[in-house]
Amino acid sequence: MTAPLKDITPAERARSTSFYEASARTRLELLLDAGSLIEFIGPEQREVSPHLKIFDLPEQFDDGIVVGRGRLDGSPVFAAAQEGRFMGGAFGEVHGAKLTGLLRAARQIGSIPVLILFDTGGVRLQEANAGELAIAEIMRAVMEARSAGVKVIGLIGGRSGCYGGGGLIAGCCSALAVSEPGRIAVSGPEVIETNRGVEEFDSRDRALVWRTMGGKHRRLLGAADVFADDNVQDFREAALELLGLVGPFGLDALKAEQERLADRLRRFGACSDAVDIWTTEGIAHAETVPELPADQFIALADRIGRTSRDAR
Amino acid sequence: MTLDDILTSLFPDGHGVRNDNGVLLGSATLRSGDSMLVLGVADRTALGVDEAIKLSGHVVKSIGRDSGAILVLVDSDSQRMSKRDELLGLNEFLAHLAKVLIHADMNGRPTIGLLYGHSAAGALLATGLATRVLIGLPGADPAVMDLPSMAKVTKLSMEALEEKARSTPVFAPGLSNLAQMGAVHMTWSHADPLADQLEALLADMPAARDGRDALGKARGGRLKAAEIAERVRDLALQAR
Repeated sequence: MTAPLKDITPAERARSTSFYEASARTRLELLLDAGSLIEFIGPEQREVSPHLKIFDLPEQFDDGIVVGRGRLDGSPVFAAAQEGRFMGGAFGEVHGAKLTGLLRAARQIGSIPVLILFDTGGVRLQEANAGELAIAEIMRAVMEARSAGVKVIGLIGGRSGCYGGGGLIAGCCSALAVSEPGRIAVSGPEVIETNRGVEEFDSRDRALVWRTMGGKHRRLLGAADVFADDNVQDFREAALELLGLVGPFGLDALKAEQERLADRLRRFGACSDAVDIWTTEGIAHAETVPELPADQFIALADRIGRTSRDAR
Repeated sequence: MTLDDILTSLFPDGHGVRNDNGVLLGSATLRSGDSMLVLGVADRTALGVDEAIKLSGHVVKSIGRDSGAILVLVDSDSQRMSKRDELLGLNEFLAHLAKVLIHADMNGRPTIGLLYGHSAAGALLATGLATRVLIGLPGADPAVMDLPSMAKVTKLSMEALEEKARSTPVFAPGLSNLAQMGAVHMTWSHADPLADQLEALLADMPAARDGRDALGKARGGRLKAAEIAERVRDLALQAR
């Protein structure tokens, strides 16, 4: 008899599961210690968006986000995972309020970190005002939690990327891990093209999208401190690594971020493409960066050495 | 009201606020003698990396050096939509601006946003929505997204959207809709000097705690946000 499937360890299963392809629930189940997730207001409560029916759109019983508490290597964590396959993971009233509530609890406790698995196009337009405000409340809640000593770690590698207000929330986190398909930006490619024309940004040029907004560029810029390969186990290890690296938050971190971003503008402000930035960084054959396998890319990014550590 | 009219009405004793290509930086002295840091975006300027770094730098330099409240004036476009801004990490620049405003507010420098024109999307998140109290002036016209663009995304006709907009404030552009959500705390009047209304607000600032979800519930614009956040918070605290 061959070995039954159940002999595969959770780590092996997490290693063989694409973060990009997995659902929000599968990501959380494999990222946290096996069986440790306790969900708050799960789908059985049927807390759906009160606004989608105005547009005759289907609701989802968890409104596209899972929030709860679990363990990571034995230590308690709060975690939130957006479902990019429901309304593009967009922030609506209920979706956003679940994350706000989680962050407020973390602030009150002070010692339990928060993991946010982003997968979002930004504001849910059918409830645009409520979604925009939800994002503002989450940004405030992240900063209040961090000020109380909470580490807030963002993990970005989903189908919908991390766009719009999601990109701003990511910018508020203590640290980020990103995979190659995990795009981070404010305006999406289609939005730029619609507003400014195809000459400004050709949204169908996928190579352009990846090298302008994708995980490799964000890691080389130092916007994300860890580059993860596209599997859940790599994101789990990245989260553990970042939890060990993050220092306390305060005014010094904001002063350092001001200098870090001003320095970026001085160095790269005249560059017209990511390849120009990478070349300015001293990377030989910068045009080959998009093709580099993860291990070679990580070695390169570590050699360049840009991070946002203690400067965000 | 033009920006100059607004500044004169706010600070009748004079001010040192300069408009550099749509970026407002400076300070002013209130009639009480207290000083106020002033920054903002004017002339419906898009908020990109170059604008955001100047605004955040103005606040960072002031923290620890000055005291008093901070005023953020807003008449902006949305975030600047360009390849260059995204290439350079616009999300970090906008988040950084919001972070320094939130940090200042939490540490003895109460922040007030004054929305006197347009604003949208990421620009509003990084400015007015990152302040403790957001004030609207009559005639302000914020929009998360304009109806024609929304028609494109939702594949609904303009007529259908306009019809829905009349019955629900949750997606339609406009100051009153954002006020009903709890995003805009109050709307000032042009009938009285803005200095009077500013001083009344400063004398009676709400606590730094974010109460916008409760405000949205009380005004009937967001009936679920406060309750859901509270329930998740309680469950998370119990799960300890």
